[in-house]
Amino acid sequence: MNENSAGTLSVIIEREIPHPPEKIWRALTQPHLIEAWLMKNDFKPVVGHRFDFRADWGSVGCQVLEVEPSRTLSYTWEAYGLESVVTWTLTPSDTGTHLRMEQSGFRPDQQQAYQGARSGWSRFLAALERLLSGTE
Amino acid sequence: MQNAHDVLFRTLADPTRRAIFERLCREGDQTVGSLTARAGVSQPAVSKHLGVLKQAGLVLDRHEGRQTHYSARRSALAPLIDWTSRMAGFWQSRFDGLEELLNRMDQ
Repeated sequence: MNENSAGTLSVIIEREIPHPPEKIWRALTQPHLIEAWLMKNDFKPVVGHRFDFRADWGSVGCQVLEVEPSRTLSYTWEAYGLESVVTWTLTPSDTGTHLRMEQSGFRPDQQQAYQGARSGWSRFLAALERLLSGTE
Repeated sequence: MQNAHDVLFRTLADPTRRAIFERLCREGDQTVGSLTARAGVSQPAVSKHLGVLKQAGLVLDRHEGRQTHYSARRSALAPLIDWTSRMAGFWQSRFDGLEELLNRMDQ
């Protein structure tokens, strides 16, 4: 678990992958390829596009935030009313690509106006962490 | 994102239910009546929320005379607090799947 300066929780996975960024980009952005390693989807690499990931346990509602071919891909990730943002970063390396995925969630500072339920969640989880860690 | 985790998220996705649970965590045991006084919804609605929370293992009830006292089971929250480590496990396994796919793909 990581906590960044904005006080949000995030998950970061980084890996050296022995394939070029362009090839990884295809796997991250073509629906039939995404399905092969992640979930069924109706993804399009278009900023603002809304799509779903679907699995047997339910679905994840998403919206594309950023598309910079072979470099950066970012989309929202909302399940059970909890919104987070998934950002993929591809950096060419000597052996292929340094692939980084960051999923950051519960951003209390983020667009509170129409985020009532979500900011409620962030406050709630922050409160719970304090309760469970015994500081309250 | 499976099972216990799923139930917790679904149960606590309702803001009123979340507020009730949080009050039980903060303020200790309460009756339906005292919870209703500040919940902003009717007593039957509060009872219904408490029933859902109880089913999810988030609250316990204790009968005392004509009153029922509810208390929070904080330990039931562990899977929720553990969200980031679960997501990290999910993504690690997806990275494995991605690498397998890349090895199968043509350039």
